[in-house]
Parts: sequence; C-alpha cells; structure tokens
Amino acid sequence: MSFMSRQFVKSAIVAGGVALSAFAAQAQNTIKVGVLHSLSGTMAISETTLKDVMLMLIEDQNKKGGVLGKKLEAVVVDPASNWPLFAEKARELVQKDKVAAIFCCWTSVSRKSVLPVVEELNTVVFYPVQYEGEESSKNIFYTGAAPNQQAIPAVDYLAENEKVQRWVLAGTDYVYPRTTNKILEAYLKSKGVKPEDIMINYTPFGHSDWQTIVADIKKFGSAGKKTAVVSTINGDANVPFYKELANQGIKATDIPVVAFSVGEEELAGIDTKPLVGHLAAWNYFQSIDTPDNKAFIEKWKAYTKNPKRVTNDPMEAHVIGFQMWVKAVEKAGTTDPSKVIDALIGVSVPNLTGGYSAMMPNHHITKPVFIGEIQANGQFNVVWQTPGLVVAQEWSPYLEGSKDLIADWRAPMTCGNFNVKTGKCGGKGGSN
Amino acid sequence: MNGAVSFSLRSALRRLRVALAASFIGLLAGPALAGPLEDALTKLSTDKFDQTEAGIGEVVASGAPQAATIIEAMGDNRLLFKPGSVAIKTKDGKLVDAATMQPITDDFGYKPVRLNNRVRRALEAAVGATTLMSPDPAVRLSAAEAVFKSRDGGALPALDAAIAKEQNAKIKKALTEARAAVLLAKPDATDTEKVAAVETIAERGDQDSLALLNAAARDGSPIVKLAAESSIGAVARHLQVLNAIQNVWYGLSLGSVLLLAAIGLAITFGVMGVINMAHGEMVMLGAYTTFVVQEFIRAKYPALFGWSLPLALPLAFLVTAAVGVLIERGIIRFLYGRPLETLLATWGVSLILQQMVRTIFGPTNREVGAPSYMSGSFEFFGLAITYGRLWIVVFSLVVFLTLLVVMKATSFGLKMRAVTQNRRMASAMGIRTPWVDSMTFALGSGIAGIAGVALSQIDNVSPNLGQSYIIDSFMVVVFGGVGNLWGTFVAALTLGIANKFLEPLAGAVLGKIAVLVFIILFIQKRPRGLFALKGRAVEA
Repeated sequence: MSFMSRQFVKSAIVAGGVALSAFAAQAQNTIKVGVLHSLSGTMAISETTLKDVMLMLIEDQNKKGGVLGKKLEAVVVDPASNWPLFAEKARELVQKDKVAAIFCCWTSVSRKSVLPVVEELNTVVFYPVQYEGEESSKNIFYTGAAPNQQAIPAVDYLAENEKVQRWVLAGTDYVYPRTTNKILEAYLKSKGVKPEDIMINYTPFGHSDWQTIVADIKKFGSAGKKTAVVSTINGDANVPFYKELANQGIKATDIPVVAFSVGEEELAGIDTKPLVGHLAAWNYFQSIDTPDNKAFIEKWKAYTKNPKRVTNDPMEAHVIGFQMWVKAVEKAGTTDPSKVIDALIGVSVPNLTGGYSAMMPNHHITKPVFIGEIQANGQFNVVWQTPGLVVAQEWSPYLEGSKDLIADWRAPMTCGNFNVKTGKCGGKGGSN
Repeated sequence: MNGAVSFSLRSALRRLRVALAASFIGLLAGPALAGPLEDALTKLSTDKFDQTEAGIGEVVASGAPQAATIIEAMGDNRLLFKPGSVAIKTKDGKLVDAATMQPITDDFGYKPVRLNNRVRRALEAAVGATTLMSPDPAVRLSAAEAVFKSRDGGALPALDAAIAKEQNAKIKKALTEARAAVLLAKPDATDTEKVAAVETIAERGDQDSLALLNAAARDGSPIVKLAAESSIGAVARHLQVLNAIQNVWYGLSLGSVLLLAAIGLAITFGVMGVINMAHGEMVMLGAYTTFVVQEFIRAKYPALFGWSLPLALPLAFLVTAAVGVLIERGIIRFLYGRPLETLLATWGVSLILQQMVRTIFGPTNREVGAPSYMSGSFEFFGLAITYGRLWIVVFSLVVFLTLLVVMKATSFGLKMRAVTQNRRMASAMGIRTPWVDSMTFALGSGIAGIAGVALSQIDNVSPNLGQSYIIDSFMVVVFGGVGNLWGTFVAALTLGIANKFLEPLAGAVLGKIAVLVFIILFIQKRPRGLFALKGRAVEA
C-alpha cells in the first residue's frame, strides 16, 4: 500500500501537477507482481521479512527504470498462514489482479496448496526456501536449496571434520523434516553408519519442553563415539531447544548441533553466548564478506530504517529469483508466462556471496553451500564451503522410487518426473 | 574424536621440554632469539583452522610467560592478527603485541583469529593443562574437568604434580578422575593402570563415565575389557534409577508450567464459566511486559538487570489485569450465559491482540535475557537440575498457594465464591455482582500475565506464544474438574509426569496423543473431572 502511494506521489511530481492523468497513464502501463506471503498467523514471523524484501527489490528496479520500459507494481496479499487460503489468494492474484509472476510461500504445505492452481492458470512462481525436494513443477522455480544443497554437505562436513560417528536426526513432525531425514538416513547407511548409531526423533510444532529429549540426546551421545545432532526443527521450537541445550551444559565442543532451519532471524531471539560453535548450513550468511552482500545489507537496513535488522538465506533466494525473472522477461521481451518459463532456464545472475547462480532445466538453481558456526553476536562464522556451485538434485538418488526420476523442462522432454528406467514421463510423486 | 587434539598437545608438551631446555641453553649463550613463540604466533596468523590448532599447542609448549594470556584472549575472541603480527586486545580495549607484550598504536587491519569447534576443543584442553595449579579452586576444578574431557596424555605429569599438591578433597577427586580418564585413553598405559582407572571411573558413575567405559570395553585389552564390562552393568543400573527420578523431576517441571498457564484459566473458566480463548494472549502480554521492562532496565540501569524479573511481575499483573477488565467490561459481560458467542468473541479478541503485538513489536521473536540465577544447572545426587526450571516450580507453587489463600481467606474470595455459587442470592445480600465479575476476570488475567513472566524464560517471546498454551490449559482445567483449584493443581502435575514417562517410550508426538486420548476416555467416565464440585451450584 505504502508503495502505491509513494509511486503515486513520485509520478505526480514528475508530471508536474497533472497528477491525475499521469496516474491514469501509469496504471495501464505497470507490470504487476504478486507477493504472497503470510503477514499474520504463525508464519508471519518468517514471511513478513520476505514481503519487505520484495517491496524493496521492486522499488529498486523501478528506480532503474522498471522492466520493458514499464514500472513494476507490487500486489501484496495476506494468506494468514492458512494453507488453503494460499491457493485462493493465488487464484485471485492471477485472475483478478493479472499479475505476471508470484513470489510465494514458506512452508512446503503452502507451496503444495498453490501448485495445482498455478499449473492450471499457467503462472510463474518463485519459491525461496530450502525444502525437501521430491518435486518439480513446470510453473514453480525453486530458488531455495534442495537436500543435496544443504543437508548432505552438512553431514559430510561433520563426518570429515568433526569425525562424527553417531547421529541424532531431530525434527519437527511434518513433511520437510520427515523427507529430509529419510534421505539422510539412507545416505548415512550408504556410508556405512550402523542403524543403532542413528537416532530419529520427531516433536510437534512449537514444542517447548525439551528436557527429556535433550537428556536423551546426552545419553545417546555417551556411547563413546563422537555424536552430533542434525536438526530440522522448525522455527519456533528452536529457541526453547537451544535454551535447554545450554542449560543442560551441552556445548558445541561436546555434541555439535547442525541446523537447517536456523538462520540469523531465528537467532535474533536468543542469547547466543552459550550456543557458540553450533552449526548451520545455508547457501548464504549475512557475515559473508563480499561487496554485493555489504551493499545489500546496507540497503536493507536503510529500507527498514532499523540498523539491527538482519538478512538471511531465503531473502537472498528472493533477490536471486527476482533478478532472474527480470532478466528472463527482458530476454523474452514479454511477461507472457509460457515465454518467460522457457526464457528462465539458463538465466544466470550474480548471487550475494560472490558467485553466479544459474537456473537449471529442473527449475532449481545452482548454489554454493556454506557451513557456519554460531558466534556470540548472533552471526555465523563460515568454517567450510563447497569449492564450487552445487547443482540441485530435486529427486533424491538415495530414495527408492525417486532415484530413477529426473526433471527437465526443456523441449522435447518437458517433464518434471521423467523415469529413466521406463523411459516415460510421470513417475511416482510427480506433480504432473 | 580427540585423537588429533591430544596428539598435537602431546607433541606440544614434548616440545615444551625441549623448549625449556633450549631456553636454558639460550640463557647461558646470551639473549634468546626469535624462538618457538614467534613460530607459534605465525601459525595463528594464517587464518587456517588446522594451523591455528597446531599453533595453540605450540604457544603452550613455548613456555613463554604470556602463553596463558594469549590462550585466554583467544578464547574470548580478543586475539587479533594481520599478516606478520599477532596482537592481544586487553580487557580495557588496548592492543599489545603478543610476541613482545609492547603496546601497539596502529591498530589498522587487525582481524580476530577465527575459531571452530576443533580449535575450541584444543583451547579448552590448553586452558585445562595450563591452569591445573591455579591458586583459584574454581579454576582448578574446571581445569580438572577440561582434562577429563580432553583426555590428553601429555597432561599426565602436570596431573600427577597437581594431585600430589592438592588439599581440597573435591578437586583431588576430580583430578584423580581426570587422571583415570587420561590413562584409559592412553595407548601405552599398562593393564594394571587401566583396570585401576576403570574402577575410579565406575565410581564416578555418570553419563560421561559410561561413555568412557563403553569405549574401554570396545577397544581395551581382554583384561581391561572384562573390568570395564563388569562395571558397565552397575553404572547403567545406577543411571536407570537416576533416569526414573529425572523423569519425575522433568514431569514436575512440565507440570508446573502447565499449572502456571492453566491457573488463571481455572478462575475465568473454572470459577466464572467464561470460555476465554484470549487467555493465552494474556500470557503473551505478560511475556512482552517482561521484555519491555528488561529493555528499559538495559538502557537505563544495566546494574539492576538481575531485578528485571521481580520488577516485571507486578507490572505484568497490572497490565494484563487491566486488559482483562477492559475485555470483561467491553465484551464479555454482554455475553454471560451465552458460551458459544463468548467463545467466538474472545477468539476474535485473541486474534486482535496477537496482531496488535505483531504491529508494535514486529513479528520476530524478542530476546528476554535470563538473569544469572535463572541460567545454568547444578548437580543434585547426580541429577542435573537447571536453575530456571527449579525457580519456575517454586514460583508456580507460590502462585498457587497465594491464590488458594485469596480464595479461601479473604473477603474478596468469599464474595467471588458467593457470586459463582448463587448470583441472585449474593446480589440480594448486597454484593455488587458486576464488580465482583470484573475483579475475578482481572485476577484470572493478571495471573496469566505473571505466568507469562515465567514462561518468557523458557519459551519464545513471540506473538504466537499464547496459542501453544491455550489447549493445554483447557485440558488441565477440564481434567482437574471445573471450578476446583486443587483439581487444577493435581491435573497439571499428573499430566506433566505422565507426559514425561510416555515421551521416551512413544516419542513426543505419540505421547501427546496418548495423553489426549486418555483424557477423552477419562471424561467419558467422570464428566466433571478429577475433583467434581458437589452440591446445588453444579446444577445451575
């Protein structure tokens, strides 16, 4: 809303008084971009930030002159952390507001809710969060990490550098942790880890009493082998989990915890001094020292007028996704979704960590993987990174039923779940 | 796991001897030249973790007088480097050169030496090895613990010397245990030494000992294996008993949190019969009051930080009680006797309050710090008890007893009970029933507010805080018997303990489901809960 009025004022000044005509002219000449993130309810904690990033990026692009000579206009709707409402709002954005693209969602369940709608209406959707994989849609572009771009490198790091032999896979009880842990379990077993050296534990959303589980982890860790916790615990439950770890005196030097859902934003609510040394795996950290990142952080702090605001991985994913969309639209010369979808494959844009990310034919992007250790100031210190970019494996090679599948949206294959054994499109779990 | 660390330290200590000898020769030969310390410092300034790790060992081995200062500074992230120079940032923020201990005036380009877990482990071991003879008993004890963990064979001579000199029985025991742990991990220790070590470790009898014994049973020679295996049984049995006690304690602790969250509801729902879906938001407002109080104290009177929680208690009570009165006067009083509408209206209020807090404080979690008396843990007959949890148990008991006294022994409590038992009769006796309604609701809300102060210590302070407690609270009140404070008390503790015994067996998710199913079945059998109110009031 504030964006619209600011835009209005600006165009009024440009037109030097004939504001009304300028506004009318502009209204026809804008390209609308849908921003579908929860601004209320449980997920508001994470998604509000992404909405703000999108508004900042769009404002920025307009300062550079917009796209195809037209200004961009953000259409912000609030699906209120209500999964079916995501589908309804997506339909509204496409049919009523005629948006050219949607930047959407945080949880996998909201993405799955939007998926049939955007496939039916043929829209371009960008999804910015690391997720469990096992999906590739013609209309969705996944700018977050697939499991092999986050979870597997993290496990490798622990096994090689911390000589971990016993694994606790702890997660919140929903689709992302369950699938990720299934992949990790299969991966660890393929590396010769015995079943008795793997402990899997699920907790409900918002779990706040971690005493027993932390005590169990401590017990599991005292079998005389180096133990680590791989945590897919979701946002809200993390604070009490880390507090309990600190209270029971489990330090990172004893049992390190590597988390896939804990970033700078989540740490903002905790005193991180007792957590120093616990790890997180992401494709971006605020602490990464590159000129692009520095500029982005400064712009973000100025935009939010809060010098304490932090940046995180899904924000970078939106930065990349937005740039890719702009580039693809310019390449296609139109915002027509079918043409943009084709143009997007192969587009490569700079990421914030000093490299380039490219959109691959499986609608996932290439990413570097970083392992960071929590520091006393709530930031991460990168202790390891992949030598180059990692290509996403949307179908995990470690799972039965998905290891024979590949996604390639280029003609002539144009399929999200092509079975290389049977040679047919439409394997298990596909979206088509 | 500690192979690399102990190796580097062992070699480091071997080099210590060489270095000492060398410096002795150096003394004879004239002033010492650039020596082992400079070499070690060069390694620290490479910004490579394996070099840093090796450098730590060499700093210790150099025997330089400032070695302990360098190690300490490194642990606090006060060791800086730039190519060709390593500097210590003193506690008052000045820079001194680590090699010469001379002040540095030009601080341009210095970056902190980075640490990772391996380096941190090496540091802990180094601190342990260098502080075994410290004059401060607390430092000696933590040094002994550090060596126990690092099991660094090179520390053995230092340990022997420390044990011989130690007067304090507790520290001596810790040192002996550390020595046993070192011997168990040392490949060239004799079997007799190892068997004796197994006995010492078995006596310690905690989780760490079990880990050591398991490792010894796996890797040791046949005799050591036998000794370890026979003591593993005893230690494991001991731990099992401890485990059961621990579960009871965890259950009490969870129960006390449930009690705190539910006790306000026991008044508004239990006594007044109002289905207040905004109860959780009162808890949340209490937590945010704590946050505001802490921010204020941090900004204005940082020395009073320890008082932030006691100060927040009355304020949280007043804030939430005031909000409670507003809700009661503004909405609920028009809806008495219409439970469905009350439910919907208060649910709406809860959403409004959540969104309001989200707008004012932002959607992200807010950090509420723990004063020193709320953090950490202590050992109690082998049980690790965390201070925060202990105080919450005590606090919930105090709140419960205070409330009981208010209900049973004050004139307000009498009026409250009179109004709920027979409104018309109470009114005829001259009690202002609307005023009593307001005050009762305010009391219930205020208590939810102070529960929020306590919960801010263990949970997220976010706009969603209340939502996670509302269902549990209703469960406790219904299970305990509507309108009965003792019922709420017993129900909260029962559910807490049951949950904690089910959790290890069935997992957190199934455990919760099992408890819910149990309550549903229980309500079928006794619809009025554990402690049903008897008499005419029930029928009304």
